[in-house]
Amino acid sequence: MTVGTAFHPRTSALNQHLQWRAWSGFFAASAYHDSHVIEYNAIREAAALIDVSPLFKYELRGPDAVRLVDRLIVRDASKLVPGRVLYTPWCDEHGKVLDDGTIHRLEDEGAAQVIRWTAADPQIRWLRMNAHGLDVEVRDVSDSVAAVALQGPLSRAVLEAATGTSFADLGYFRRRTATLAGIPIDVSRTGYTGDLGYELWIPAERAVEAWDALVAAGAPYRLRPAGMLALDVVRLEAGLILIEVDYTSAVHSHIPGQNYSPYEIGLGRLVDLGSGDFIGRRALVAELAAGGPARRLVGLDIEWPDIEALYAAQGLAPSAPPIVSRSPVPVFAAGRQVGRVTSTGWSPILKKMLGLGSVAFAHARTGTRLDMEWTVEARRGTVAARVVDLPFFDPARKRA
Amino acid sequence: MAQRYDAVIIGGGHNGLTTAAYLARAGWRTLVLEKRDMLGGATTSDEVVPGYTFSVLSYVVSLLRPEIIRDLELAKHGLEILPLDGTFTPLHGDFLWRRDDHAATMREIRRWSATDADAYEEYGQLMADMARFIKPILGMVPPDPTSVDPRDWLGVLGLGRDFARLPERQQAAFIGLMTMSAADFLDQWFETEPLKATMSASGIIGTFLGVRSPGTAYVLLHHYMGEIDGAFRAWGLHKGGTGAISAAIASAARAHGAEIRTGAGVSRVRLSPARDRATGVVLENGEEIAAGVVISSADVRRTFLQLLEPRVLPADFEAQVRRFKFRGSSGKVNLALDALPSFTTNPGGTEYLRGAVSISPSLEHMERAYDEAKYGRFSRRPYVDIVIPSLVDPSVAPPGKHVMSCFVQYAPYNLAEGPADWDNQKEAFGNAVIDLVSEFAPNLEDVIVEKQVVSPLDMEREWGLTEGNIFHGELSLEQLFFSRPIPGWARYRTPIRDYWMCGSSTHPGGGIMGANGRLAALELLKSGTPKVA
Repeated sequence: MTVGTAFHPRTSALNQHLQWRAWSGFFAASAYHDSHVIEYNAIREAAALIDVSPLFKYELRGPDAVRLVDRLIVRDASKLVPGRVLYTPWCDEHGKVLDDGTIHRLEDEGAAQVIRWTAADPQIRWLRMNAHGLDVEVRDVSDSVAAVALQGPLSRAVLEAATGTSFADLGYFRRRTATLAGIPIDVSRTGYTGDLGYELWIPAERAVEAWDALVAAGAPYRLRPAGMLALDVVRLEAGLILIEVDYTSAVHSHIPGQNYSPYEIGLGRLVDLGSGDFIGRRALVAELAAGGPARRLVGLDIEWPDIEALYAAQGLAPSAPPIVSRSPVPVFAAGRQVGRVTSTGWSPILKKMLGLGSVAFAHARTGTRLDMEWTVEARRGTVAARVVDLPFFDPARKRA
Repeated sequence: MAQRYDAVIIGGGHNGLTTAAYLARAGWRTLVLEKRDMLGGATTSDEVVPGYTFSVLSYVVSLLRPEIIRDLELAKHGLEILPLDGTFTPLHGDFLWRRDDHAATMREIRRWSATDADAYEEYGQLMADMARFIKPILGMVPPDPTSVDPRDWLGVLGLGRDFARLPERQQAAFIGLMTMSAADFLDQWFETEPLKATMSASGIIGTFLGVRSPGTAYVLLHHYMGEIDGAFRAWGLHKGGTGAISAAIASAARAHGAEIRTGAGVSRVRLSPARDRATGVVLENGEEIAAGVVISSADVRRTFLQLLEPRVLPADFEAQVRRFKFRGSSGKVNLALDALPSFTTNPGGTEYLRGAVSISPSLEHMERAYDEAKYGRFSRRPYVDIVIPSLVDPSVAPPGKHVMSCFVQYAPYNLAEGPADWDNQKEAFGNAVIDLVSEFAPNLEDVIVEKQVVSPLDMEREWGLTEGNIFHGELSLEQLFFSRPIPGWARYRTPIRDYWMCGSSTHPGGGIMGANGRLAALELLKSGTPKVA
């Protein structure tokens, strides 16, 4: 049975059309308002609250907590000093990605290092299995920690108003503790929107109080709750991949083609092969030595005039579905299929149709023109799609 | 003379800047000369009251061509259009609220009239089909009606063919749209007064016509053109006000190498000794700038009667320029507010204020507003189109405060006492607007921090909009398509060689579309005019 998150007493009252989807067994609002575009707009122009409590959250505690992180992630964990956050994928021993998430180093408690590990899928078995021989305790805190993303150009103003302290000094991918309406919370400068934003980690039993304090502080800044439909649009614009949509976790893959290395999903820049061993390292070294993987993640700029033409051919006005499609669609080069587009959606800010896809290396270079399948009234056609650099949209305020 | 350009553009409004961006993108050495210290022309925003940014004149954007946004990569240059959804029509003791939720809107209309709700669905379907039929015109250079070159007519032939293929019912509706008044056209469909009145408003904006004047029905269709693009959305606000649109286009133009000078008013166009060709411009300070092509984004009267020396134009052409109708009919009242206005009868919350608020209770209200204008008086009880951009874009007001834009019709340029009397009547005009809105939202006067009233005379003096017409000339049928601005001269050229036009007086007319500027540039690039600099 689907259950509510710690914010449910508030989010359920706000969900005007009872539009929910299930996220890891929790109710997650698809949209709260008449249209999710208003919420998209809040993320890009003002500030939005997104309930991300369904994320899996683990606490790693002990003198070897960072060593456990180092053993698992593809990045160099020595950078993970207190106050830092790393975004990273982690792999199985074949170098195939299990999941991706953010890893937060909290303040040490005596000799114990403390880590908050977030993930899309359950990881407790993987974490505990690999903690063998290390002095670290792994606890699942998914239910005791509520999480809300406060995102948008005015998110800092809202956060400062709500906490009464300045966040001007909290850099991109940094975190620190704060007090919100008397509630001790943790704030990280992270998010899934490609915009200025924060994620707030809140004791679940006080989640509603925290929500109310944020809403009150946010009113003058036009803060709105935002659901998953709006989040999907901004993450596509930001070129951020989604597990089980743009790639399959090695845990869930049935065939080799469903396995992805970090190099195949645009995360190769994070892989640090030089700073010690981690699970999957040997396989990734071998993969690179063999010339790298055969397919790559690409951003696609899909030709709108071609889409218009497909509609016109049937006497219809063009229409762009306002939500991101997660149905994979084939892409072609010279009539031969060379990959698939896994996320497709209209960017209101760029006035462009965008896609994230996985295509053969030979066709992944920036500027390459591909043809993508496009169906109108159940009639198949193709439209041009050009490979472009990611992210599609990258405002300076994200890091500023 | 040290400087020489391929093209000099007179006026740095959104169309002039668009032309400049396209020419610079094609490698032309391009210079834009703007008379004011601020770019944007009528597409301008200004922090008139400290902390409060007003979109001083134009206030919404609906038809900014998506191809321009893509071609010039305007998003990269700061373009951010925010949706403006729904229309709230306040009444005494009731309201009509159409919103961005189809089912809720149908339920609301059904509350007034069950048959109107059904008709609304059918009407929307028909208008969308019509708009799809007519929309290609926006991206098309109108043919010269005297031309025998079949290529010029291909686009129009396509339209003719499409028209012949339309179902009979749509053909009939189209002819109705072309000939009827907005009120008569809507009367065929609906019985709910506030619904008809609010819908009729789009037929009269920027014209000196009333909702019962024939020909106004056609303009209703324009309302649907944005809508059929689905994701492009019908109506929007620009982040930071409409001036930020001009800023984005200017930034794109500069990125392509165009030069832009402000505080550089042009006094006249320099002509060849034979006075049949433009060779550059002379600035108000006497500076001369040589150019292969001069392009004016000013309105047609300024372009031909002020910027050219007398008697260089063919007499019949000049006569037609003089006959081109401006007849400005609207004013603006911009308010800085301490708090939101509260309408006496409202559906609760503040969402209803997020779209447009339309003071249009009945067709009679609309027509009576026009009656006064006909005899040279501003409407005591006008039609007012209100938006509160700070509800969607908090950047335009201090936290928790608001800006409110009131577009008001009618404010006839030609007052009975003459246009100059606007300076005496402006205060009363502003007060009439505030009094009327206060009838529906009594707290309004208490929350006003500051007000700015813009009369049609101000528009003419400050922004060079002849007779205060916001569209550089009325958008009436006889002044559209191949008759805009002058029959036979709809292709951005003029009787003077190398003197071109690109402003809103040209096809397809006014509004923040940019289509005029883009089409003019593309036509110029296609014309074989050589680069010279």
